[in-house]
Amino acid sequence: MNILEVENLQVTDMNTGQIIIYNSSFRLKQGNCLAIVGESGSGKSVTCRSIMRLNKAWIRQSGDILFKGENLNHLSEKEMRKKRGKNLCMILQNGMSAFDPSCVIGVHLRETLVEHFGWSNTEIEEKMKKAMESVMLKNPIEIMNKYPHQLSGGMLQRIMIALALVLEPDIIIADEPTTALDTISQFEVVEQFIQLRERMGCSMIFVSHDLGVVKKIADDVLVMKDGKIIERGDIQTIFSEAKHEYTRYLVSTRLTVSNHFKKIMGRV
Amino acid sequence: MLKVDRVEKSYKKGGLFSREKQKILKNVSFECRSGECLGIIGESGSGKSTLGRLIVGIEKPDRGTVLFEGKNIQDRKVRVGNISAVFQDYTSSINPFFTVEEAIMEPLKGQKKGQKEIQSKIDHLLNQVGLDPSYRKKYPHELSGGEAQRVCIARAISTEPKCILLDEAISSLDVSVQIQVLDLLKKLKKSYNMSYIFITHDIQAAAYICDRVIFFRNGQIEEMVKIEHLKDVQSEYARKLLQMIITF
Repeated sequence: MNILEVENLQVTDMNTGQIIIYNSSFRLKQGNCLAIVGESGSGKSVTCRSIMRLNKAWIRQSGDILFKGENLNHLSEKEMRKKRGKNLCMILQNGMSAFDPSCVIGVHLRETLVEHFGWSNTEIEEKMKKAMESVMLKNPIEIMNKYPHQLSGGMLQRIMIALALVLEPDIIIADEPTTALDTISQFEVVEQFIQLRERMGCSMIFVSHDLGVVKKIADDVLVMKDGKIIERGDIQTIFSEAKHEYTRYLVSTRLTVSNHFKKIMGRV
Repeated sequence: MLKVDRVEKSYKKGGLFSREKQKILKNVSFECRSGECLGIIGESGSGKSTLGRLIVGIEKPDRGTVLFEGKNIQDRKVRVGNISAVFQDYTSSINPFFTVEEAIMEPLKGQKKGQKEIQSKIDHLLNQVGLDPSYRKKYPHELSGGEAQRVCIARAISTEPKCILLDEAISSLDVSVQIQVLDLLKKLKKSYNMSYIFITHDIQAAAYICDRVIFFRNGQIEEMVKIEHLKDVQSEYARKLLQMIITF
């Protein structure tokens, strides 16, 4: 069953008249993970933000975004707000700018959860504690009393994942969640994502330019270039027998680094 | 050629009147030979960028010395034209009011050279980093990430330095562009016979370009190893790091 269907999504910048995304259509199956890959400027993030309807005011989108048969493009802003977070949850690239810098993390978490579920403080604390422990964050209470700048990027990323765990959304949209992280935190965050899927069985859209991470986590792949989807398919066929030249180029450049590394490590 | 000798550095921690200090670098010593590419690998917060700033002389060490060909790096005359740097954030490393040609010209102004010579040099430099002369009049915001980083590299090699510090120079680029820049750096290293100090958290990229790597953790050198011997690292930390790499 398709949980999300995007039909003929076209996104235009009204200031310049430039079309950012041309007629893209894709489907997300229940419980699947769809990866969107491409270079910077190819329109990956704009696609995500269009689904969440979080684009800037001068960016117009047309087409149909059907979430469980309901067209998100026709909802009012008030109805859309209810969907965000509870049904569609977005995990952003930069943890530092995703949280409110003027208050401690706990305030942000409480605000979100009260808005969606109306839980009491003790209930929130209990649930958040459990979720944060499950993403390998030690001393959750202490962390909730810290400001974003006191925590590392990997930790903030994991707090966002923990919040997603508590919200139990139907779809998680992860926009380059591992790009800003170093090797160790990247590995841990990817592990968390894999577990998140296993535990909740939710559907996921995973945006990345790192094919190594995508290969580990995704079932299906969309390849985007200059606002167009140029290739789609399941993970095996895309990486082994890509039809489009650009996909082959992306795969081959990634392989050059990896192969060199494997040769040194004697893992060929 | 470049010798870092028992360097220590600490920063003030916390509030305005706090006297508490946090040690960033603890007794670091190593040497970079001429024509060598030395990788420094570490997690975020390990102090590798601080070490980089000490190497190019932007900051002073609390204790210890950084020597470049036997002379102290804090002396500007030692640094000028001999050592340059490329940083991670390409958008903020070029003056937004400068065109590409002005940006590349900046370090050349100090040298006594004719206007004609400089002009032909810019063409040559742009050519070498794989950009054509039509880029000369462009401003930084008109460039893509890869192009801007190439301009930064062109600027860094304009004085034909003996050593370049690359502080996460490729980390914010797309994987496919990373390869292009790495290949470019390899090519330039050969033709100019420079040494690189390559600071990164990406071990795979380091393995691609470096001759030797240092594993850096909590302000200390955990292990130094030749790239051919990367697979038989001794320390536990280095092993853990190598296991966590997501290969393709």
